[in-house]
Amino acid sequence: MTGVERAGSSGWTGTEPLLLGVRHHGPGSARAVRAALDAARPRVVLIEGPPEADALIPLAGDEDMRPPVALLAHAVDEPGRSAFWPLAEFSPEWVAIRWALEQRVPARFIDLPATHTLVWGSEAEGESAGDGGGRGGGGAGAPDADSDADVPVGAATGTDANADTGPDADADADADADAAPHSDVRVDPLGVLAEAAGYDDAERWWEDVVEHRGLGEGDAFAPFVVVEEAMGALREVYGSGGHDRDLVREAYMRLQVRAAQREFGGGVAVVCGAWHVPALRQKVTVAADRALVKGLPKVKVDMTWVPWTHRRLARASGYGAGIDSPGWYGHLFSAPDRPVERWMTKVAGLLRAEDRTVSSAHVIEAVRLAETLAAMRGRPLAGLGETTDAVRAVMCEGSDVPLALVHDRLIVGDVLGEVPEAAPAVPLQRDLARLQRRLRLKPEALERELELDLRKEADAGRSRLLHRLRLLGVAWGEQVVSRGSTGTFRETWRLRWEPELSVRVAEAGVWGTTVLAAATAKAEADAMAAQGLADVTALAERCLLAELPDALPAVMRILADRAALDADVGHLAQALPALVRSLRYGDVRGTDTGALAEVAAGLAERIFVGLPPACAALDTDAAEEMRRHVDAVHTAVGLLGEAPAAGHGDLRGRWHAVLRVLSARDTVPGVIGGRAVRLLLDDGQLAQDEAARLMGLVLSPGTPPRDAAAWIEGFVGGGGGGMLLVHDERLLGLVDGWLTGVPAEAFTDVLPLLRRTFSAYEPGVRRTLGELARRGPGQRGSAAAVGSGIPGFGAGLDVERADAVLPVVRLLLGLDGAGEEDSAELAGVA
Amino acid sequence: MPVSVEPTFVDQTENTSAQEEAEALRPHAEDAFADELAALAAQDDRPRPARWKMSPWAVATYLLGGTLPDGTVITPKYVGPRRIVEVAVTTLATDRALLLLGVPGTAKTWVSEHLAAAVSGDSTLLVQGTAGTPEEAIRYGWNYAQLLAHGPSRHALVPSPVMRAMAEGMTARVEELTRIPADVQDTLITILSEKTLPIPELGQEVQAVRGFNLIATANDRDRGVNELSSALRRRFNTVVLPLPDSVEAEVDIVSRRVDQIGRSLDLPAVPDGVDEIRRVVTVFRELRDGITADGRTKVKSPSGTLSTAEAISVVTNGLALAAHFGDGVLRPSDVAAGILGAVVRDPAADRVVWQEYLEAVVRERDGWKDFYRACREASA
Repeated sequence: MTGVERAGSSGWTGTEPLLLGVRHHGPGSARAVRAALDAARPRVVLIEGPPEADALIPLAGDEDMRPPVALLAHAVDEPGRSAFWPLAEFSPEWVAIRWALEQRVPARFIDLPATHTLVWGSEAEGESAGDGGGRGGGGAGAPDADSDADVPVGAATGTDANADTGPDADADADADADAAPHSDVRVDPLGVLAEAAGYDDAERWWEDVVEHRGLGEGDAFAPFVVVEEAMGALREVYGSGGHDRDLVREAYMRLQVRAAQREFGGGVAVVCGAWHVPALRQKVTVAADRALVKGLPKVKVDMTWVPWTHRRLARASGYGAGIDSPGWYGHLFSAPDRPVERWMTKVAGLLRAEDRTVSSAHVIEAVRLAETLAAMRGRPLAGLGETTDAVRAVMCEGSDVPLALVHDRLIVGDVLGEVPEAAPAVPLQRDLARLQRRLRLKPEALERELELDLRKEADAGRSRLLHRLRLLGVAWGEQVVSRGSTGTFRETWRLRWEPELSVRVAEAGVWGTTVLAAATAKAEADAMAAQGLADVTALAERCLLAELPDALPAVMRILADRAALDADVGHLAQALPALVRSLRYGDVRGTDTGALAEVAAGLAERIFVGLPPACAALDTDAAEEMRRHVDAVHTAVGLLGEAPAAGHGDLRGRWHAVLRVLSARDTVPGVIGGRAVRLLLDDGQLAQDEAARLMGLVLSPGTPPRDAAAWIEGFVGGGGGGMLLVHDERLLGLVDGWLTGVPAEAFTDVLPLLRRTFSAYEPGVRRTLGELARRGPGQRGSAAAVGSGIPGFGAGLDVERADAVLPVVRLLLGLDGAGEEDSAELAGVA
Repeated sequence: MPVSVEPTFVDQTENTSAQEEAEALRPHAEDAFADELAALAAQDDRPRPARWKMSPWAVATYLLGGTLPDGTVITPKYVGPRRIVEVAVTTLATDRALLLLGVPGTAKTWVSEHLAAAVSGDSTLLVQGTAGTPEEAIRYGWNYAQLLAHGPSRHALVPSPVMRAMAEGMTARVEELTRIPADVQDTLITILSEKTLPIPELGQEVQAVRGFNLIATANDRDRGVNELSSALRRRFNTVVLPLPDSVEAEVDIVSRRVDQIGRSLDLPAVPDGVDEIRRVVTVFRELRDGITADGRTKVKSPSGTLSTAEAISVVTNGLALAAHFGDGVLRPSDVAAGILGAVVRDPAADRVVWQEYLEAVVRERDGWKDFYRACREASA
């Protein structure tokens, strides 16, 4: 560290490289780097990062370039293998790049090339992204459990959550999804320092010691000297701290620094993670370094800039760069002075925009509280913790609800990066082109129809691709109703490639590097953002169609949550049929639908509980709508009951219990009560006699005629209701008797309802009913006298005629050679 | 004669009061923890705000517990997030009034008492808020005998605890602020913003001296009773005291309190109710948080508060049932009715919530069959 020490006291001579050890994404480091560069005016700036991106550096100065952005490296043949180096406005590396571009000084990346690091990433070792050293406590939290793309710049870089490593991007994305989280056995260098200083949180310690220190007067290099000393002491104790690959990277960096020294004759500044500084300072022979970096495996790599967001920088979001509060850091970096006051004013502005009364007095008190809290906690400046506590106590009345808004909008922030159009193509486009070639599905401007038979592997692949693209908002194909066949294995698409779809693909590049990964990420994000329950079920259906097994659990979880919190049975009832449909569709495609069945059964149970109370006190229209829901649920439960989810037992049995409650309760509107009785009757859960008794109750003089007519509509309305009346003369007799008893003044009320009910019948049924009614009640007795069989039917089977039908029925049902049982059942049907 | 009687009389009073103090059912915080307060004050070398008995750091230590340099152990008075105590103490130090919010049973009163005891050494300057709290309780009243005999004067004036706190630079406490009628609440606005209490009858005023501050507590489920005007709210920094953050902590609190209550009510001891207590606490927590303990299923939350205090009363009730009418062991059926009563406050909406919870969560859970059945019976 002699070089900097000398430089620190007497200005930098330029003979030794100026090593600026930073914390990635530290606003304080970023300021310090800028000040140090201004003071030192180096001839070249070397930055920790993949050297393949050197050609992309000038783009950083493009006026259309807005951070946060990320450098994306991906294997040319395998877009799923990729790594990101996110850069925010307040990242020291970004500041260094911009400084170099402004001062027209060459800037270079000196880390180990991505061509090697990407190979590392795919090794089964599953080593997580190394902590670059300067980064704070992020080392423990940042790496994503699913990722197998090791990331060279440590936690400063995100990892590709859905990187797949096999040759076929479609098939193996889920292979690594369940890998256990890497146990991070490495030393967290800052954690050790912070602990020594009595802090429990390394992040906070770094902030207090480095970030929140304003720039010291005079010596721009002082902070780096101190950090280097601390890191030097740590590395003496811990060596590489278990980051073995760091040694290789550091060797490469040393070689690069030496090369630059020779090329420019001194005047070299290096911006790298603080952890690496002692290693770069170390005197190691060129030969030893060469030996370390020799013979590393390679893949062909492409780099580009991609837009990034603050949300993705945040730790919570998977691609995280490991910082909790990019918005706060951005504020610290951009606020010229009085950061706390300015922050509180911003918060007040946000809360006011959300219609909360926040006055200037609130801001004043919040600032006072934050500063006193900082003093009480012994911190040099109010940090995020103090400001948040103060905002909660003063502006949010102790509530966390508005605070969540502050966190979302300001602390994390909505900032969206932009990348100039000149940036190279995103890997998603390549992946799409590759898939198009493989599936022989050319993008053509001419509209054409495509018939797909999903039983064929190639067609299934095409269908998946089209569905995935639709999820990504790339509407290349539109699904149209199949002609001729209604089988679930057939799909018809209308294809047309419009030029703007290329733009869409480029936009969709933020979601991932392969079509599969992007569609999965997009589906998950859509599920989070979906408003209604029905939207989520529709999404679940699309996930199945697009075969996104990784997205399905997330969608299902959100679906279950939405269902649990939705108090409207109507919404639940709307959602269930789509879900059951997806379930059956999943069966057709052989997808594992266990989770789906579970959720569907849960949804059904919630409906069972909520339906009876929801059916009380409804007006005519609402009752009619609810009647439709009851029908839909009935159908869905029928389908669901065939494959009950584990632990949900007999759904049909419970549904019948609900129907019984509906049929017996007086407050339930007639149309629903009648339908409940009918559904029970159809399922054989209610004896004909009992149905007749219930009908008799409703049609007795005590019930207002309107209600009775509604009950009749519910009971015998819709398909097959007429036949019920035709065959059960007792029921017809009840209706007949009731109708003649309706008083004249009520008759006009009842007439439209009855007309609606009966006019829906087929002409033949209507005629038969008319004839039966004309014959009059006298005939009813004879029907009852026939005997013990089902009312309206003959007492026994006409065996001869039944036998004549059976072979054909067997043939239709494919029951050739079925046992006695089947024939018995069939006989029952007949 | 009267001359000789008087001293005896005085002596007697002193005796009785001393006796009373010794036997007080519940001594004040500053008496119960006098040793700790003294030790803290003695070893406190940090700056103290005017008229504070100790520095803010020491106050925080007093509440959160710790060990002093000389080895004196300070017991924790409040078990909960450190952040909350720090914000509360800091608020008092910045001369803003402090409003402690929380559902019943979150130790609001307890925290406010100990804060006052540590900051001012006196937790007795207390106004109990009720629907009938008059303005006099916050400002001042009159001794009517004096008033009639001598006319309005400072002698005839009966100061309220708040007025005394202002004059002496102490911490005043207002309990259940939101139960106080709105017009009476508004009396506080002048006190808190102008830090003065005018006495128009005498043409005088009492100005608060440095060190005066006010701690109010309010039940945040009862906001609707007499909601604070925004003018008053603006004068408070609000700290919400959370419910216990883990099942274990809550089970611990409940069983300890149940044990105490049971003993004071002379209930026969019921062995081994911990499982049932855990069940009650789990049910309450899950419904309150709207998510099951394993974090996998969301559930709807009923309209009731389902606080720890209610869990305590459900269990106590169950114990009484088990002891007097049951077989002496706390069974699911003993607590089922109590839980139903606590959960179903709104007969229509809450019943659906409860039944959904029963069907979707309880029915599936291992070892909860008895409980499920008992609840089904109770709900039927």
